[in-house]
Amino acid sequence: MNEIIKMSATTLAEKIKNKELTSVEVTQSFIKRAKETDPKIKAYISITEEYAINQAKESDKKIASGAKIGELEGVPIAIKDNILIENVKMTASSKILENYTAPYDATVIEKLKKAGAVFVGKTNLDEFAMGSSTENSAFFTTKNPWNTEHIPGGSSGGSASAVSAMTAPLALGTDTGGSIRQPASCCGIVGLKPTYGRVSRFGAVAFASSLDQIGPMSKTVEDAALLLNIIAGFDKKDSTSINVPVPNYLDTIKQDIKGLKIGLPKEYFIDGLDPDVKKSIEKAIEIYKKSGAEFVEISLPHTDYAVAVYYIICCSEASANLARYDGVRYGFRAECDNLLDEYQKSRGQGFGSEVKRRIMLGTYALSAGYYDAYYGKAQKVRTLIKQDFENAFKTVDLILTPSSPTPAFKIGEKSSDPLQMYLSDIFTISCNLAAVPGMSIPCGFSEKGIPIGMQLLAKNFDEQTMFKAAYSYQQATDWHKQFPNI
Amino acid sequence: MEISKKDVDYVASLARLEFNEKDKESLTKQLGSILNYIEKIKEVDTSKIEPTSHGASGENFWREDTVIKSSQGTIDAIFKNAPDKEADFFKVKKVMDNEEE
Repeated sequence: MNEIIKMSATTLAEKIKNKELTSVEVTQSFIKRAKETDPKIKAYISITEEYAINQAKESDKKIASGAKIGELEGVPIAIKDNILIENVKMTASSKILENYTAPYDATVIEKLKKAGAVFVGKTNLDEFAMGSSTENSAFFTTKNPWNTEHIPGGSSGGSASAVSAMTAPLALGTDTGGSIRQPASCCGIVGLKPTYGRVSRFGAVAFASSLDQIGPMSKTVEDAALLLNIIAGFDKKDSTSINVPVPNYLDTIKQDIKGLKIGLPKEYFIDGLDPDVKKSIEKAIEIYKKSGAEFVEISLPHTDYAVAVYYIICCSEASANLARYDGVRYGFRAECDNLLDEYQKSRGQGFGSEVKRRIMLGTYALSAGYYDAYYGKAQKVRTLIKQDFENAFKTVDLILTPSSPTPAFKIGEKSSDPLQMYLSDIFTISCNLAAVPGMSIPCGFSEKGIPIGMQLLAKNFDEQTMFKAAYSYQQATDWHKQFPNI
Repeated sequence: MEISKKDVDYVASLARLEFNEKDKESLTKQLGSILNYIEKIKEVDTSKIEPTSHGASGENFWREDTVIKSSQGTIDAIFKNAPDKEADFFKVKKVMDNEEE
């Protein structure tokens, strides 16, 4: 196997900068790998080969001429297909946007272009990021590179699979209720949802605006820090982005974690937890103890209501956000004689069943007579969930939990029962409701060889402590040095 | 929570979504079971709790309401995605009948 595709983004950036490798050589290696493995894995909706090679040539020219270069100059990255790259198709894995070409760049894409990154492809997702397995994609289901009978997680399953299968060293995902962390956990990689407001969402397809964040996915913790360095920051085009200075996350990543206080929420260590997951998390706790961290049992008493609150809020917001797909300005239009029919048929035929189910649930929860009982009530319980975290962080620096109650399940196992699918997000959604940052890092394998992830949660805007703890664990283990056999 | 097919028809009309009969039947069941699960939030006492509309408790973000001109290239790129257009306008089917003509 070509050694280039096993290298981290940090290493690749270094070697390209030092002229040990050219960006074209690196980009071609990943694209060659994608062409070989993707017919089996199906991580990509489109491999943007020509676009990438042109960018790579530009990077090589810049380096040869001695011009100023970016932190990711010449390094490939895969982008979830709900983020806009100017002049590149963007589908959100929906039939309604099947023929849509982005007229402008998302802010994160603008920043990545400045940093010199090379876009190798757009990755598959559950339609409009609604799902936990990519089975809701209108086009196809992505496979888990560790075992192709299993889901890669979702909704950023394409991005997670792409990194895991070594077809890109980095990827961007979006996370509304776990859509970065759960697939990262399923595919044995690192995935981070930044604090709400840390990264601009301008140019990302809106799903649930009070919860959505864009974040990094990578093979190593340093790579995630490097990528967050680039994409984080206030953006006047996203009025929910927050003007808090962005530290250099790499500066503090290697700090000692001696005396770090980590909370274990008792509500997350329940009977239904898969025994392999439990074992891996217990081992991780032992490793942390050896590194000098202290553990405290904590309580997040409203955890049991999080899934219910989340589905009311995300569906309500989605029903409003997706009203824009009406077949007028862009997207699929079913030709009819009058405008109302055209709306109903365009949306009825253009959206897939999970998207329609969520629009229906959200419309119901917001409709006259039900607003107070559902949406209003959910917003109040959300306050209590947020307070649970505020109280916990009075006594601990970080919270540690499993990323998911089970390792990646089999394709088809839960697709017929929406509620069972919703419950698989049980450990990741509170984080979005509370706005805190969260991260999944690989912490082992099940007996069947499926990756297991551990989740770290930190205070608002304290990604630094999370990176430090994640890096410390990574250095004590070798999960990030294992690659699937495909 | 019981959901009737009539409820589904009403909500579908609000949401501007067309469903066939078979889909309506399965939706009626699925929405009922999801709403049943969601009902549990009613157990929580929220009488003295303020709602949270989004995670970040920031102040409102103000900016001047000024027009920033897009380049002709961006305008053209936007219209390229339009299902139907005339000059720089999106074209739609008639909204009203012509009864009063």
